[in-house]
Amino acid sequence: MIRIPQLAAVAAAAVAVVVAAGAALTPSAEAQQARNQIRAAGSSTVYPFTTAVAEQFARGGQFRAPIVESIGTGAGIRAFCQGVGVAHPDVANASRRMSASEFNTCRQNGVTEIVELQIGFDGIVIAVKKGTPPINLTRQQIWRGLAREVPVNGQLVRNPHTHWNQIDPSLPNIAIEVMGPPPTSGTRDSFVELVMQEGCKDVAEVRAVTDARRRNEVCSAMREDGRFIEAGENDNLIVQRLVAGQSGVMGIFGYSFLDQNRDRLEAIRIDGVEDSFENIASGRYPVSRAMFVYVKKAHIGVVPGLREFLVEYASERAIGDRGYLTSRGLVPMVREDRTRWRQQIEALQLLSLGS
Amino acid sequence: MTPEAIRRLKRRYAAERRFKAYGIAAMTFAAAALLLLLVTVVGNGYTAFWQTQLRIEVFFDPDAIAPAGTTDRRRLMGADYRTVLLDAVSARFPEVRDRDGLRQLEGLVGSGAEVQLRDMVVADPGLIGQRRQVWLLAHSDIDMLIKGQTRLGDGARVTERQAGWLTALARGGDVDQFFNTRFFTGADSRDPELVGILGGVVGTTFTLLICLLLAFPLGVMAAVYLEEYAPKNRLTDIIEVNINNLAAVPSIVFGLLGLSVFINFFGMPRSAPLVGGSVLALMSLPTIIIAARAALRAVPPSIREGALGVGASKMQMIGHHVLPLAMPGILTGTIIAMAHALGETAPLLMIGMVAFITDIPTDPLSASTVLPVQIFMWADHPERGFVEKTSAGIIVLLVFMLVMNASAVWLRRKFERRW
Repeated sequence: MIRIPQLAAVAAAAVAVVVAAGAALTPSAEAQQARNQIRAAGSSTVYPFTTAVAEQFARGGQFRAPIVESIGTGAGIRAFCQGVGVAHPDVANASRRMSASEFNTCRQNGVTEIVELQIGFDGIVIAVKKGTPPINLTRQQIWRGLAREVPVNGQLVRNPHTHWNQIDPSLPNIAIEVMGPPPTSGTRDSFVELVMQEGCKDVAEVRAVTDARRRNEVCSAMREDGRFIEAGENDNLIVQRLVAGQSGVMGIFGYSFLDQNRDRLEAIRIDGVEDSFENIASGRYPVSRAMFVYVKKAHIGVVPGLREFLVEYASERAIGDRGYLTSRGLVPMVREDRTRWRQQIEALQLLSLGS
Repeated sequence: MTPEAIRRLKRRYAAERRFKAYGIAAMTFAAAALLLLLVTVVGNGYTAFWQTQLRIEVFFDPDAIAPAGTTDRRRLMGADYRTVLLDAVSARFPEVRDRDGLRQLEGLVGSGAEVQLRDMVVADPGLIGQRRQVWLLAHSDIDMLIKGQTRLGDGARVTERQAGWLTALARGGDVDQFFNTRFFTGADSRDPELVGILGGVVGTTFTLLICLLLAFPLGVMAAVYLEEYAPKNRLTDIIEVNINNLAAVPSIVFGLLGLSVFINFFGMPRSAPLVGGSVLALMSLPTIIIAARAALRAVPPSIREGALGVGASKMQMIGHHVLPLAMPGILTGTIIAMAHALGETAPLLMIGMVAFITDIPTDPLSASTVLPVQIFMWADHPERGFVEKTSAGIIVLLVFMLVMNASAVWLRRKFERRW
């Protein structure tokens, strides 16, 4: 049997140690303590790229690898904007540009000097299993195939389409079955914004809806009768289900996942445009979003290596046409844009948004 | 017996058999599901424990690294190993001279091999200026091809030309698979050939230790007070209801609590196992209290009366008799709570433990992540090499859980007492 008083004494001692460790880190003590490691937080879309730069940056042996948190663009910028000081992240990763209201929050909390870097683009593709006959969809056709309500004979009704050729006789006779991310995902937000809302713009019946909120709902709501399948946050899951499924089933995910699986999958053309680097970087491919990294200028010189990290991120060997991020699925900007951003970084030019 | 009675009896027997069959069916289903899970995970993951390597002669060029005799660590770390590596590979295939061909040659060995060369030189600067046959880590794409997880052909990541070079290397016995020690000794990386799980294992160990040290004594003391001392009144009723409710609170809420209390108010560091363990302790407390109270209640009152009857004080009665008898039940509740805490990722998101960390944590205050988070993040990477690594990570997590539970069961056996 155990001797409880002894056990209790050991346990009490352990608790005391833990509490003491906690107490030793009172705010004043911790906040003053210098940090020798960069901290970044934000989008899970930018995460694979920032981590790759972080690791490459640490290989030089001069600095420790930055810690990169994957908590989403909104949460990342919120943490970034909480204040200046080592308790807050130095870098925010964002799969969209910082909004004016976020910028104002930042300023109110004393984060007045922010350096912005666009790292490139992330394309969103609609992919099918290899060997499927080539398909070309316009955004309006995609909207008509996937929206919850579509116009039939001048009336908005529950989406009755079961095959693509019902939308347009020129399309192949393939059942509509599309797997995509759930509403909690940033990829879904971008897809709705760039494809669905654009696709419904020129539909007369939708334009006839006067109530703006109702019109927005008609444009963005995805059908819920099993033809659009929410396949989970994880893009790899969609890839695996596409590979295992029948041909003609489509999947919506980020470009880097297609890039890794070109032996099994291929993308369909959207508005007649192929998903090539040139088309995404020039903006001709309609479904792509820019990715950004934000750095606190006040931390440069305080957190060792922050400036070097930023320079590494903007360098040609990272985000250039043959950079190591490009081989990981980043779609690079065109050369002139890269040069322009690099100059801004070197000059530590400050971001200004809105008022 | 009347025919009516015989029929009734038959029906009752039939019902009995059906009832038993339902039970067997339920058990078979559960066993099959578990088997399916294990077979898939092990089937997908066991290949990650081996790794393809290529034997290539490397010249440790003093011009690229550092003059012979240099021992300055920083200089050795920051040297240009990429050039050394590319020179070695193109020396092996001197006939390749075109730009595109050189790029493809580069693709045989990834940044894994670069790190490997760096580590060799840092460990032994005497290598500078020498030629050595080195087994270099193949690029993950090559590894996947050799393991049969990707195919050649249109759109493949390995070109026909690269496959031809691989065949040439293999003919000379220069392609082989080795046990992947790095997987068990390293931390996270963005290159599938370099990743390791040890960072996650150590982080999980620290986090769960903190969690156990906080939740177990607090939970047991709370249960002892509520069962043995507290008067039965409205206040204790409210406390009891609240503890039960707390057990059902979604775990992300504890993460938010941890963020505002431990990090923002107490100023503890982000991503630290100390904070993670504290948050998980808050989450485990209700489970432990409920289990401990049930175990204390199951101790027969005669034991308490007997102890008091021979003159023991109340504290002696609890310490010497009631708690030891209740200990197996308390430990069972603790095992359940710990196993639950082991699998949590949601509460750790807000406190910064869902992060990319390439160092193995050394203490409960250094930045770290935990096993389930590590698995979750690998599952999200686009690179094909991470598919097998994800499953391998799950195998490690399952083994960790088995070891933890086995030791708890052993402890329980040891303290078990029958009368």
